[in-house]
Parts: sequence; structure tokens; C-alpha cells
Amino acid sequence: MDELKDRMDPQTNENVQEEQYSLSDDRRVKVLSPGALVAKRFFRNRLAVTGMVILVIMFAFSFIGGLLSPYDQDQKFYRVDSQAKDYAGIVYNDEYRYTVGDADLFKSSVYAQALKAIITDNKAFEYNGVNYTLEKLEDEVYTVSSGGKVVGIASKELVNSSTQDKLSFDFTLAAFQAQADGKKSFEADGKTFKLDDDDVITDESGTEVAYISKYIVRAVMSDVFFTREFKNDLIAAVENGEKSFKYTSEDGVEAEYILKFDADTNSYDVKQEIDTKVFDTYSAPSKAHWLGTDRNGMDMLTRLMYGGRISLMIGFIVVFLESFLGIIMGGISGYFGGWIDGLIMRIVDIFYCIPSMPIIIIIGAAMDAANVPSLTRMIYLMLILGFLGWAGVARLVRGQILSLREQEFMTATEACGIAPSRRIFRHLIPNVMPQLIVYMTMGLGETIILEATLSFLGLGVRFPFASWGNIINDVNDTFVLTNYWFIWIPAGLLLLTTVLAFNIVGDGLRDAFDPKMKR
Amino acid sequence: MRKYILKRLLQSVVILFFVAFIIYALMRCLPTSYIEAMARQKSMQAGSKSYEEWMEQLTVMYNMDGSIVSGYFKWLGQMLTGNFGDSWRWTVPVLQKFNDTVWLSFVMGLISFILEILIAVPLGIIAATKQYSKTDYTISVIALAGISLPTFFFASLLKLVFSVKLGWFDLYGLVGRSYDQLSAFGQIMDKANHLVLPIITLVVVSMGGLMRYTRTNMLEVLNADYIRTARAKGLSERKVIYHHAFRNTLIPIVTIIGGSLPGLFSGALITETLFGIPGIGFASYYSMVAGDIPFSMFFMVFTAILTLLGNLIADILYAVVDPRVRIA
Repeated sequence: MDELKDRMDPQTNENVQEEQYSLSDDRRVKVLSPGALVAKRFFRNRLAVTGMVILVIMFAFSFIGGLLSPYDQDQKFYRVDSQAKDYAGIVYNDEYRYTVGDADLFKSSVYAQALKAIITDNKAFEYNGVNYTLEKLEDEVYTVSSGGKVVGIASKELVNSSTQDKLSFDFTLAAFQAQADGKKSFEADGKTFKLDDDDVITDESGTEVAYISKYIVRAVMSDVFFTREFKNDLIAAVENGEKSFKYTSEDGVEAEYILKFDADTNSYDVKQEIDTKVFDTYSAPSKAHWLGTDRNGMDMLTRLMYGGRISLMIGFIVVFLESFLGIIMGGISGYFGGWIDGLIMRIVDIFYCIPSMPIIIIIGAAMDAANVPSLTRMIYLMLILGFLGWAGVARLVRGQILSLREQEFMTATEACGIAPSRRIFRHLIPNVMPQLIVYMTMGLGETIILEATLSFLGLGVRFPFASWGNIINDVNDTFVLTNYWFIWIPAGLLLLTTVLAFNIVGDGLRDAFDPKMKR
Repeated sequence: MRKYILKRLLQSVVILFFVAFIIYALMRCLPTSYIEAMARQKSMQAGSKSYEEWMEQLTVMYNMDGSIVSGYFKWLGQMLTGNFGDSWRWTVPVLQKFNDTVWLSFVMGLISFILEILIAVPLGIIAATKQYSKTDYTISVIALAGISLPTFFFASLLKLVFSVKLGWFDLYGLVGRSYDQLSAFGQIMDKANHLVLPIITLVVVSMGGLMRYTRTNMLEVLNADYIRTARAKGLSERKVIYHHAFRNTLIPIVTIIGGSLPGLFSGALITETLFGIPGIGFASYYSMVAGDIPFSMFFMVFTAILTLLGNLIADILYAVVDPRVRIA
């Protein structure tokens, strides 16, 4: 019982306190100002409060989110992508090839005779009345002479130039002879060359000029020079039948090389896989980028935050502009009446009649052609939208003022001798405010949609600025529509929720302002 | 009544005169034009005249010499004789292009308008009769969502779901790939199939407004004295709502519906462009982007006429349907 009594106590105390006021005491009745009444009615409407909360979240997302985001609005991200490029070709030579010293005596028709002599192990043969002698330098290397002069070489191994220069016949012959004799150096064309154990020929300064091998390595790009080690690695890979190998160049660049056998030419194509830095476009949502990245490799979430800023700001500025113009024109028109009213209302009629969407599209296309910078373009867009939209506000304000003008409180202001401008802007306009606020809240949503539609068509806000509309713009590409939901769906949902919230709040305000409302 | 209509018509003509002038001046003031692009293109051709010469010739050819005011009156004079000139972008007479495209837009607009009325009016009435119930909230939120839905986003969503994922409809265009091989009936069905998504888009995006309008009006009617009288007489709730209240709600609804009828001819610019439906909105969008003055002028003046006509019809209907309204 005691517990219960304790609990009851505060309540009874309160009751006691209330009873202390006399019946005629003003404090007995809780007095609320009209504003407080409106607020009370508004906050009783759960839907409207939800809309309000959504709006607060959207503002926080757009204006605070941009500050919290670790990225900038136009910060580009890169990823490393490996690309296979044609790099080299390598051929293993398995048949006799002919190096020509004297083209008159060692023609292609002689090749077959020479080959026949090699196979049948003849020392000499005759063709077309000319006598040729065949001399074996070493295994699979033969010289063909005529009249005591070497006219050609038939060999399976080849002397390949390491540079772009062609090798002279004398050089080739001298190189083969040196190799056959096991010499470490030889002379050709008046210079001395060295031949090492790997059959690499270097000149006096130690630069590689040629090598003797059954493998011929060609570079695809003319400016690429292969080092001996690379060639050795490549040949080893071919001999071991490997599909790929890794090689680190002298500069420390490691790359993977892929070998592909081409049966037609009995050769291998070598492709180099290099890591290249590319824009990280359309990457899927991840820890670093919660909503992925867009077409330019920018963080989607950050773009959405900055886009929200622009979309909301454009909405507010445009609505402010049209209300400003509308209140002035409508106020003058409604208050003074007569021919001023007639004139202003005809202007309003004209503006009502102008198809605004086509006009904005045409101006957008013209600004495109004139290459107007993005920022200027955005300012023009706001001015045009504001200028085309004031007629509705003017009509609303005028209608309200017409009915308010006849009421007693306006007669009272006139009797007090208050100046007309003061009467309009201090006494009439505040009474129009409720309808105006509702109209403006709804207008905000509408303007945001209009701006987004224009940006979507590519005629509104432009890169590098982001707006929710131009973020969705990417969906014009069917590939994006199909494959990258994270590019356009979040922006669309943000747009939808924000506009919906504005409309709900506007609706709630309308109900709250209406004194005839039941609840 | 006749005097009133006559007065309104005269007013409309004056308004139209100024609207057309503003539009014409705007189109002439554009920093770039179709003519420049054309002259540039022509001067690129081998053995052609210089850009300046082409510019001069084309300017005269397209009546673009002279001041804006004189040009406007020239245009006005030709327009009054029914001559709107040739469209630059489509290279056919403006009226022919208009006739080619407007009926498709009208059919599309009419179907979606009928669907819109069939969905929005009953839902609005239900919401009003059950004010502050869950049904009311749901319908209100749906209506608001419809108003808040950006057309292009909703169209993209529809495309993703029905064209890409389910593959029921094509992404773009009015006819399918095998249109020419189809029978007459098959061709109509093919076109109908391609119009499904645009019509859904139009209905969903536009029905919210009508739904809210119906609800507000129904609420007002339900608070009226004659409804209280009807209830006091002991009529069933059904009879009160569907007989007495509904008929009175129809007054403003018929007015607004009548007023939107002319708008059906102006096409749906965004929806048609997004779905590649070659209606009047689509044609005008590409004309505008290309700076095609004759067609854009025609389209905008046409839209302005439709707006004025819609307002006039709404006002007249208001007086016709509601005997309490007297027109001064």
C-alpha cells in the first residue's frame, strides 16, 4: 500500500497545486500562440514528422556527409590492370637456311642442289655448267664455294643481328669459321670481334652485335632491345615447353611473358603482361567505396553527398527566387487592384502559358553549343527556373490578398495611417505566409525533380559538379542500366525520398495551418 | 455565356500573340543555330563555297535576315495562312511531321488518361471516406510517391525489371525487329506491346495529382451540410457516399478532366524520348536540341494554345456542371 501511495503522491500534489488557482485566473488555462498551435498540430501528424526526419537526414547526408567523407567530390581512383601486349616473336629454325654471298652464283635454284649434296654427303656438285664445292665447317654448317671463292652458306644455326643493322656476308662467314675453329675472336670488315661461350658476338667496345643460335628472336616494337638474359630465359622457356615465364629487367620491372605457339609459321608469339594504371571505373561496392565508383573512377557515395548539396541548393535558390518575384508582383497586383492588377495578371497569364520545359531544353542545348562553363551554366539554370516559375506564386498571393484586403484588420491599419508598403509587407504578406509556405515546400520537391530531369537529359548541371540527376544520367548507357545498379539506383532513391519527404511535410503543414482541421 | 466565351477567346488571342513573340525572340537570340551547323557542314564538302558565303545564302533562304520584330510578323503572317514552313531537322513540312506524330501521342495519352481516371478517382474517394485510417495513409503515400517519382528514374526501373531481367518488352522503339513480317493484327499487337511500359510510366507518374485532388474534394463534400442531412434522414452509408457525395465530388473532377483533355495532344516529352516512341514529344525534343526553329516554334505555340484551351474548357465546364456558379 505504501508503495502505491508513494507513486500516487506526485500526482495528487499536482492536482492540489492546480486547484489553488481561482476559476477566473488566466493561468488556469494554458495559452498557446497560433504558431505553437500549428506546431502542435504538425507534430501530432506522424506521417509529416516522418517526412521531417527524412529531410533532416538528407540534409545531414548532403551537407555534413561531404565533410566526413574521406574523399573529395572529384577525386579520381585508379586500379592496376594487367594488359597483354604483343612483345616478341621467336622462331626455332629446324631446316637449312641459306646466307647469300654472291647472288649471281648462289641463286635459289642452287639451294636445292646444295641441300641434296649435304644430304648425300657429296663434296662437290654442278649446276647449270658451274662447279660448286661444299665444305663442312661444323655440324650443320656448310660453305658453298665456286672458283675458290665462298659464295654462300647453308646452315641450321644462324648468325642473328642484335641491332637493327644488317650483317655483312663476310661477317657471317667469319663468325661461323671462328665458331668452328673454337676461336674466341675474329676479324671481319676491318674490325675485331669477340665470340664468347654463349655464341654471342661483341665488338671491341663490348657491345653485342650478333649471336649465333637456332632461335631467331624478333621484337614487335622496333625500339625494344632484348638483353642476352631475356633471350636465354625465353629460349629456355621454349625448350622446356613452358607456357609463360617471368623476367625482371635491369630496370627492375617485373613482367610476365606468355608464349603462344603458332603452328602455321612454326613460331612462338610472346606477349608481355604489364601492369598499367587505369581509372577505377564502375567498380563494385567494396569497403573502400561503399557504393562503388562511377564512370570517371570517382567514389559514388561522396558524389551522392555533393550531388545532394547541389540538388537541394538549386531547389532552395530557385524557390526563393520565384517566391521573391511572385510575392512582389502578386502583392502589388492584389493590393492596388485596378489597371495595375489587370496588367500584372495578363503578364502572369503569359508566363503561365509559356511552355517552360521546351524553353529550358532549348536554352540548355544552346548553352551546350556555346560551351558555357559548368558553374555559369548552373547559375543560368537557376535564374531561368526562378524566372519561369514566379507566376504561380503571384497568382496565389494575389488571390489571398484580395480576400484579406476586405477584412476588418486591414481597415484598421488604414485607419491608423500605416504606409501602404508597410501594410502590404507587414500585415498582408504574413497572413499569406501559411499558404505560401505550403506552396514553397511542394515547389521545392517539384524544382528538384525538374532540375534532375534536365541534368538527366544532359542539359542541366554538368560535370565536374554532381547532382542527383546527372549521376543517374549514366543510365542512358544500356550497359550501365543492365550491369551497374549501384550507379543509378541509389541516386534515384535519394531523389525519390527527398521529394517525397518535401511533399509529405508540405501536406502536413497544410493540414496544420488549417484551423478547420478536425485533428 | 456567349459573351463570356468570346471575351475569353479574345483575351487568349492577345496572350498567344505575346507568348509567340517571346518564344520567337528567344529562338532568334540563341547564340548558335541549325543554320550555322548546316553552313559549317556544307562548307566542309569538297569544292564548296566558304562558310561565310553559305551562311549568307542560308540566312536569306531561311528568312533569318532582318530584325526579330519584322521576322516575327513575317512568321505570324505565314502562320495565319496555315503555312508553318518546313522543319529543318526532319526536312518535311512542319504540318506533315506534326500529323505523322501527333496521333500516336494522342492514343498513348488517351489510354493512360483513361487508366489514370479509373485508378485515381475510386482510390481518392475510398481514401476520403476512410479518412485517417491505414487505407487512407497508404493511398495518400502512394499518391505522393507518384507525384515525387522522377519520370526518368521510374522509366529506367521499369526497363531494368521488365526489359532486361524479364525480357518481356523491348528497351526502345515502337516496333519490334520482325514488324514487317507480321500480319496486320500482329503489327497492332506489336505496337501495343511496345506501348505498355510508356503507358505504365505515364499513369503512375500522373495519377497522384488526380488522386489527391479527388480526396480533398470528397472530404469537403463529406463535411457539407447536405451530407449531414442525408445521414440524418437515415439513408444507408452506401447511399450517402455513392449517391449524394459522389455526384457532388464529380463537379470539380469533371472540370479538371475536361481541362486536361487538350493536353493529350501535346505528347509526353520525357517519356517518349526515353522509350524512343516517335510521337510529338519525341519529335519536338530532337527538333529543339537541333535548333530547328520552325518545328519548335510550331510545337511551343501549339502547346500554349492547348494550355489556354484547357483553361477555357475547365472554366466553362465549371459553370455548366455546377448550376450554382454564375459567370459574370
